[in-house]
Amino acid sequence: MKKLLKGNVALCEGAIAAGLESYFGYPITPQNEIPAYLSRKMIEIGRVFVQAESEIAAVNMALGAAVTGARAMTSSSSPGISLKQETISYMAGMQVPVLIVNIQRGGPGLGNISSSQSDYFQAVKGGGHGDYRIIVLAPNSAQEMYETAYDAFDLAEKYRTPVMILSDGIIGQMMEPVEFNRVEKKESKLKEKNWVLNGCENREPRSIKSLFMEEGALERNNIELQEKYKFISENEIKYELYMAEDADIIITAYGISSRISKSAVKLARKNGIKAGLLRPKVLWPFPSKIINSLAKYSVRFLSVELSCGQMIEDVKLALNGKSKVEFLGKAGGELVTEEEILNKLKTI
Amino acid sequence: MKRILSRPKSLKDIALSYCPGCGHGIVHRIIAECIDELSIREKTIAVAPVGCAVFAYDYFNFDVTEAPHGRPPAIATGIKRTNPDKFVFTYQGDGDIAAIGMAETIHAANRSENISVIFVNNANYGMTGGQMAPTTLVGQITTTTPFGRDPEKEGYPIKLCELLSTLEGSIYLERVSIHNPKNIINAKKAIKKAFQYQIDGKGFSMIEIISNCPVGWGMSPLESIKWIEEVFIKSFPLGVVKDKAT
Repeated sequence: MKKLLKGNVALCEGAIAAGLESYFGYPITPQNEIPAYLSRKMIEIGRVFVQAESEIAAVNMALGAAVTGARAMTSSSSPGISLKQETISYMAGMQVPVLIVNIQRGGPGLGNISSSQSDYFQAVKGGGHGDYRIIVLAPNSAQEMYETAYDAFDLAEKYRTPVMILSDGIIGQMMEPVEFNRVEKKESKLKEKNWVLNGCENREPRSIKSLFMEEGALERNNIELQEKYKFISENEIKYELYMAEDADIIITAYGISSRISKSAVKLARKNGIKAGLLRPKVLWPFPSKIINSLAKYSVRFLSVELSCGQMIEDVKLALNGKSKVEFLGKAGGELVTEEEILNKLKTI
Repeated sequence: MKRILSRPKSLKDIALSYCPGCGHGIVHRIIAECIDELSIREKTIAVAPVGCAVFAYDYFNFDVTEAPHGRPPAIATGIKRTNPDKFVFTYQGDGDIAAIGMAETIHAANRSENISVIFVNNANYGMTGGQMAPTTLVGQITTTTPFGRDPEKEGYPIKLCELLSTLEGSIYLERVSIHNPKNIINAKKAIKKAFQYQIDGKGFSMIEIISNCPVGWGMSPLESIKWIEEVFIKSFPLGVVKDKAT
């Protein structure tokens, strides 16, 4: 049976079904449904909810819960995610799995509270300091908010890495039917793993750290991290192709832009334009190989984003000059319409 | 011959990296003795700071996590809320706890998180080369107050125990020192009491330990001890600032 839910609430349900043990948050629009929903739900099911004094405290509380092996999450929106970046870098260095949710709003600065996709660079290019990567997931419906939150914990634990869900205000606040199609997990099995801090009973004491002062130690650690990232790059790419087989123009878009772009593809086909869609479901690692392989002679690309052009840079890198990429975007929290995409397609 | 004194089990048998004469070694030792005496080593998860004690996980013989600068009380909150059966303490310096991490400190105290905070106050940033700390004394020369701390420009030293005592959530706050055996014994008593309060579920405790930093202060170890006695603790009076549990 399906339930009509906001994307943000669906995400909470997915996280809880995956065995979320501890949530730490701070108010900011447009993600307020998440702490509000979890403040009741987590207490009712005997799990941890804390409204922190700041975004910084919230992400560090999540880190604290996670070093003990618990499934932990924090959520925010763009300016708040900026504040969390130092600790996300620590999480990458300490190799601690945590789920961080960004329900994007307009920026830079305080920007506005409308839906936006202008944190792409921050999410996929590092965000914090140091040579690191995090897995970035991009759901585009309430159903996918549920499923992605559920699956994110397994990914985070498999690779001992922070994982970010990069969503936006519309996906977060739009109501859609959601089917709870995942098996509920009562709690994390992680506590039995060989790295968590749970007291040194019958074993040697452990520490979790990102500081490596001995000569060569940091380099060895960073090379190990890069090997992990390479493995993730080869194994965790996910994308959706829609009418791309015979397309002359392929739109690349994620999140809310991909929903609008899909409708635009249908509209374009009615208008005699052979358009298709490639939607990355995971933004890092990026589906570069498939984009490159789609770049046959005469196939053009159009990157549609609610930004001034960020993901387009990764599309260009993937194409490596094999084909031309056009851009259509909106800045400042405005939406791109199907008609605008159609008009743009007509000019390509 | 009967051995009456040995290394605490909670302290690893390796050389500390602290400067000669530094008080951190004494503080580590008395914490380790308290953990041993309370038989909580195997359920302890400690939080190390950024600062001189950043390597605490190399010295303590129990589980320790790193924390970003100033965030140990938030990390400890996450650990303790998720694992109420574990024993959780933070080990922090003056810059960590009262400058960059002041918000985390105040709010953890205000929520009365059931954790213990060990605050080593040595009136300067030791690790980075002796800069002005929030607790640097008026007139004290540091590498960033070459003319002495001027209250008109740099404000006054922050008395954290007194500040936190105004919060309903703070349960036990005491300022102690380690400049002589009598005070070391007293410091250990305070730490043990704070740890016992956590075991009994009483809520937030903080022990502020006045400690010496001979290198940062540009003094010999003996001079630094004399300075604690004659100058430092005149500005930071020792004693129980608050004990709500008795």
